[in-house]
Amino acid sequence: MSRFHLILRYLKRNTPLAIGLGILVFFILFTSIGSLFVETEAGYPLGAPASVAPTMNYCPRIDPECETTEPEAYIFGTDGQGRDMLAVAVQGTWLTMRIGLLAGVIGVLTGTILGFASAFYGGTFDVLIRWMVDVLLTVPGLLVLVVIASSLGDQTISITGMGLIIALLAWMGPTRTIRSQVLSMRERPYVMMARLNGMSGPGIIMRELIPNLLPYLGAGLVASVTGAVFASMGLAALGLGPLREPSLGVTIYWVINQNAFLRGLWWWGAVPIITVALIFVMLFLISVGLDELANPRVRRSE
Amino acid sequence: MRDYVLRVNELDVHYYTDAGVVKASNQVTFDLKPGERLGLVGESGSGKSTLALAILRMIKPPGRIPHGQVMLEDTDLLTLSEEQIRNVRSRDISMVPQGAMNSLNPVMRIKDQILDTMVDHNLGLSTRAMEKMAADALRAVELDPRVGNMFPHELSGGMKQRACIAISIVMGPKVIIADEPTSALDVVTQRQVMQTIGRVQKDMGSAVVLIGHDMGLMAQFVDRIAVMYAGSLVELGTIAEVFGEPFHPYTQMLISSLPVLGRRGVFEGIPGITPLLRDLPPGCSFHDRCPKVFGPCTQRVPELLKPRADHHVACHLYEDGVPTTNGIVQDKDVVAT
Amino acid sequence: MSELLAIKNVTKRFRGGTVALDNVSFSIDDEVPSIIAVAGESGSGKSTLGLMTLGFLTPSEGEVLYRGKDLSKMSRTELFNFRKEAQAVFQDPFAAYNPFYNVDHIMNVPIRNFRLAKSNAEAKRMIDDALTAVGLRPEETLGRFPHQLSGGQRQRMVVARALLLKPKLLIADEPVSMVDASLRATILGSLHTLNRDFDITILYITHDLTTAYHVSDYILILYRGAVMEAGFVETVISEPKHPYTQLLIDSIPWPDLEQQWGQQEIIDMEEDTSEASMIGCKFAGRCPHVMEKCKVSPPPLYQVNDDRVASCYLYDENTVLPGEDLGKIFKSRKIRTPTNGAAPEIVVSR
Repeated sequence: MSRFHLILRYLKRNTPLAIGLGILVFFILFTSIGSLFVETEAGYPLGAPASVAPTMNYCPRIDPECETTEPEAYIFGTDGQGRDMLAVAVQGTWLTMRIGLLAGVIGVLTGTILGFASAFYGGTFDVLIRWMVDVLLTVPGLLVLVVIASSLGDQTISITGMGLIIALLAWMGPTRTIRSQVLSMRERPYVMMARLNGMSGPGIIMRELIPNLLPYLGAGLVASVTGAVFASMGLAALGLGPLREPSLGVTIYWVINQNAFLRGLWWWGAVPIITVALIFVMLFLISVGLDELANPRVRRSE
Repeated sequence: MRDYVLRVNELDVHYYTDAGVVKASNQVTFDLKPGERLGLVGESGSGKSTLALAILRMIKPPGRIPHGQVMLEDTDLLTLSEEQIRNVRSRDISMVPQGAMNSLNPVMRIKDQILDTMVDHNLGLSTRAMEKMAADALRAVELDPRVGNMFPHELSGGMKQRACIAISIVMGPKVIIADEPTSALDVVTQRQVMQTIGRVQKDMGSAVVLIGHDMGLMAQFVDRIAVMYAGSLVELGTIAEVFGEPFHPYTQMLISSLPVLGRRGVFEGIPGITPLLRDLPPGCSFHDRCPKVFGPCTQRVPELLKPRADHHVACHLYEDGVPTTNGIVQDKDVVAT
Repeated sequence: MSELLAIKNVTKRFRGGTVALDNVSFSIDDEVPSIIAVAGESGSGKSTLGLMTLGFLTPSEGEVLYRGKDLSKMSRTELFNFRKEAQAVFQDPFAAYNPFYNVDHIMNVPIRNFRLAKSNAEAKRMIDDALTAVGLRPEETLGRFPHQLSGGQRQRMVVARALLLKPKLLIADEPVSMVDASLRATILGSLHTLNRDFDITILYITHDLTTAYHVSDYILILYRGAVMEAGFVETVISEPKHPYTQLLIDSIPWPDLEQQWGQQEIIDMEEDTSEASMIGCKFAGRCPHVMEKCKVSPPPLYQVNDDRVASCYLYDENTVLPGEDLGKIFKSRKIRTPTNGAAPEIVVSR
């Protein structure tokens, strides 16, 4: 049987992973195909007429030529400041995932390096790392992020800057997980076998341990991305972010700030909230699915 | 009159998995006489533990019992309701599961764990009477009744295992099924635990089914032995018969592969590998490893024959009784290492 | 004299105060490579001894010498050369394989790291020869993943890997305890071949005296970190002298109707870590012949026969053999004629 078939058969049994990946594919298609059709400016204020309810044929009342030209379609409506919500959904998803990915990748990379070093070499370095992780994990992350972000001022912050700030507090979880995994793997007979084969420490890490940690690294990445998306939403919703950018968090900030629901502009709130909810469901399902892949006790026998 | 306490009749146990049907037990038939010690021996994956679970009707999906009978005296256990079978477990047939000592509840006193079993069965006894039974059970396995007030972590491995046996015998079952009861124990403790089981069994008059892979343990403990290979019963007989003159080529090779005093440095392994239960070869499942394979072996599944009273074998060589010259049976053409 | 391995007054304490080994000494020389069984129950320190011999654990006191060099003081190069000469077979034949790779990995890595082959073709031939020597068919095993092989195949492949390296010393830690009975003989046979045909000294660590009797030449009985009895395996098993060895051998379930278990009363072992048991003989608390002096100081090794010592005051009329001379016992018998290191033809044993 080909590898492709094996993967398909595995996905059939691992429903959470299958659904999660399905949503991921949907988002990728949505943002990539979507960005071909919507104009970038439409996602920024005054890129479209303000406060239009979702419609397939929008005809501005004051426009006498509407009868002769094509009416515009705003299937998700537009917000009170003149952003096309479809454009916001397309660009916002991408911007939000970019922050998440940036912070998540940095967090997992740092965590992997520190976790390995800590577990494999032990000693004072291990004590130091463990101590730092334990202390930093008790610090309420959002609070620290609020302080950092607000002291930078909202004008200077970019999407990348936002990702970097969040990455500052995204490495402890992965460090701890990887460290404990390596500690248990280090005692496995195949690691002893590798030492008998004359392999050195770094060789054992790269060749023997990392490949087996791939599912954990994947799960760690998903967890970090989730955390980072969550933090970015929190910061942005508090107004501590790049307020001009149409990221999902920032949109939610404007929804609150401009009393969108009181003004009856429900689609303004619904679009970012549903998108964010879908992103979290996707991340959750993928992480549950990877957990089953990584943990042989959860995994059912073939 | 029936002369058995437990009769397993043409029992099939199949597991329906994605990868195919795993036939863990095929037409297994044997009797257990009252007060008898029967050994059920086989390699890992031979279906011996599955058989134990099937007797107690503890096969879980995707496993099913498509065919067969498990008679406890005059009742077919496979026809009982959930409620009824629950009452049979522990009271009439009890089980010492594999690794039992690790299944003790770490935060409960031993005595309470013994009482729990009884309370589950609504025996209608006073707490006092049940406590007395618990103390008797502990005494029966040569533990001080004070051990009842201890927690599992306060006991050594052998004592924990004996406590588990106390739990399983407290209601005086007719049949005790012990699945590798000493697999994690040292030899000295193993002897102690097995000798304890032996004494308890004799005193209570229960029958014992000892499941294991260690032929040595079987030789020390059981009266009759049933040899399983790839989900089928291949040989069944008194211990003296089977060790003295094994019929089935598998049993012959198995016994001659074992280290005994005076045969140092002789290594006669069985070539080949055990077939997968979900992919059994046609005919006799041992035929591709068998040195005496001939015509019908690849064609027909051998039936359990009875070439001698009290000595059954499932092998085509014995279809006309035991070969008279013994030439075929004695011929040890096993490739030595 | 060429001393291959020397354990000198080794004590190993673990964190929490557990003493795994208490002042153990012995040596093995490789004039006539032999198989020496280290036997004991769980907690006897036998596996600790194996790990220390491989340099995976360092002793708390004393030293482990390989060809006169202390393992813990070896340089990188010396350690690399030691690795090439001292190999191991572990208990769990599944865990020895990295689940990420197919089984070829455990054969390819040592060939690459120790530069055993000059070309891929030569490497392939070496692997095939090694597999054949332990009775495996290369086409049935190579390229598979560990879970696609049977337990016996997996373990034989680990033995084949050791053979590939032609080590001088092989530590076999419970190599057959997780393998089905019908395949044990084959694996023990492979180990025997490694020793007899390839002149590899084997330290066979086990709790199972029947297989120890089967495969080894000499035996060393450990109890709670101390040597109880040591000597030629036939002598020790057929006529044990130390009360502990007697109890142990009396409890072996021999697969033989003539050899029935004894009825000797077993004294329950409490977790006895009292001062007395730490100072005197380790077995004093369970010994039916215990005397006052047993609780005061540990008995030395008394040379009961030419080929056996026992650490028990019952035999104090015999001469005392200093622990560091225990190596003499391990060459007290003429096991076979030395082969002078000439590599024989590989024998197919299926």
